[in-house]
Amino acid sequence: MKTLEKNIKLNILKPSFTSNIELPLVEATISAGFPSPADDYSETRLDLNKELITNASATFYARVRGDSMTMAGISNGDLLIIDKSKTPVNGSVVVCLIDGEFTVKRLQKKANQFYLMPENEHYQPIKIKPENDVTIWGVVTYTIKKHI
Amino acid sequence: MFALVDCNNFYVSCERVFNPGLEGKPVVVLSNNDGCIISRSEEAKKLGLQMAEPAFNKIKFLNDNGVQIFSSNYTLYGDMSARVTETLSQFISEIEIYSIDEAFLNLTGFTGDLEKLCNEITSTVKRNTGIPISIGIGPTKTLAKIANKAAKQSGGIFIIRNNRQTDALIRNTPIEKVWGIGRQYAKLLVQYNVKTAYDFTLLDDGLLRTKMKVIGLRIKRELLGESCIQLELIIPPKKAIATTRAFGKKTSELKYIEEAVSTYVVRCAEKLRKQNSVANLLTVFIHTDPFNPNEPQFNKSKTITLPVATNDSIELVKYSLVCLKEIFSQGFRYKKAGVIVDGLQDESHIQQNIFDKTNRKKQRELFKSIDNLNREFGRDKVKLAVQGDGKKWKLRQEKLSKRYTTNWSEIIIVKA
Repeated sequence: MKTLEKNIKLNILKPSFTSNIELPLVEATISAGFPSPADDYSETRLDLNKELITNASATFYARVRGDSMTMAGISNGDLLIIDKSKTPVNGSVVVCLIDGEFTVKRLQKKANQFYLMPENEHYQPIKIKPENDVTIWGVVTYTIKKHI
Repeated sequence: MFALVDCNNFYVSCERVFNPGLEGKPVVVLSNNDGCIISRSEEAKKLGLQMAEPAFNKIKFLNDNGVQIFSSNYTLYGDMSARVTETLSQFISEIEIYSIDEAFLNLTGFTGDLEKLCNEITSTVKRNTGIPISIGIGPTKTLAKIANKAAKQSGGIFIIRNNRQTDALIRNTPIEKVWGIGRQYAKLLVQYNVKTAYDFTLLDDGLLRTKMKVIGLRIKRELLGESCIQLELIIPPKKAIATTRAFGKKTSELKYIEEAVSTYVVRCAEKLRKQNSVANLLTVFIHTDPFNPNEPQFNKSKTITLPVATNDSIELVKYSLVCLKEIFSQGFRYKKAGVIVDGLQDESHIQQNIFDKTNRKKQRELFKSIDNLNREFGRDKVKLAVQGDGKKWKLRQEKLSKRYTTNWSEIIIVKA
């Protein structure tokens, strides 16, 4: 049994690049009667994955806790779409790590100095200094809000 | 030319992507049931922790040295592995996924700068997924593997460009580290004074053929730079499927072992259906804890031929429980059970049995629905009553991280 167990290999199947959202199959299969006039005009249904995600293998989701970014339209409970492959630029909304914790802020450059800016007057900007441990983990590309 | 891409300390690296506070700290990931160390950060290696070392008798050492411990989170590692492969496929179209953390790339036809390509692949994988990788390149798959080991010691990239480099590398590679040479062959080869991969290439073809058949010859040619092993681009359906696990707590009660065995059978049946196979043979085994010599030891297995080859969970569970009752013996504390389905064949070629009263078409429909439900709502949402709740025997996974990329309720939390 020992040798058998050793032989068990994890079988990683090739990733699928297609989205999970099912596409309608518009193909009328009526044997008698008229074929659907829509058949020749069928298109695949709109897919949010295709609209919101450009680099699937670098895309991650996160849930927001806190209110420091409300003026940027990011509120407690919102869903963030993060693209790890995007290069942050001045003004990007970024997910960064401050002392080992994930935080969302706006990256801003003023007089050759980088800041992580909250967008709520009750919070203070964070100056990025060489001595504090700040890493930018990814760029927020979309915020999804629930209205019901 | 072939490249072997290997994710560095893969499981630990996956944990670090989502828990970056672990950077710079010693981290280990434990095997199923939190038994042995199966992945170590560089810091953990420096502490002298070994691969496959049992963790339970090291708890004090681990705690004293601030080692961060994780249970293996295969759901997360599987998804991260797929992301790495997706990224690799943006560069090279011919990829063989060799294991969860290794992939071969076929570079035949690539005429550009290899070093530049490697740098680009490494930085893109790191940027997309957060996973650090090493790349070894050589004229054969066997040499690419050896080059990868060298890459780990020289900044993450190693390219074999000429015979002189090959020669230097294989002189420094112990024979047991060569791809395809198992422990058995390594033992045999000691008798012929073969210590390194280079020594192996000096062996006579005739001797190799008698002692190691065609495998030996193939390894020799590959080590000398002649490619004999091509990329396997299509994963062949598995010939046997096994689910074996240690219990969270030892048990002597048949009821709990029945629950465990049924669950393992259901897992095997799901995998059978996924690859459209049916099984002809079923094996069930149980054993006590071999690491505790003070306890009375017992182990037994039973294999039966199924009347009709099947992938029906209900049918397989029924037969597995008959097997289990036959081998179960009172008065022992069992540590592990396992199920193996073997003699697999394609679902569409089932040999009918004239006494078979089961409506197989209806059963197939039923399990298709169950598989769909479980895929959508989570594993074992629909299950057989005999599987029980698993509280008494399920894996101990005390330090399990979240399924950040596959479960909405476990995604990253970001402070605002």
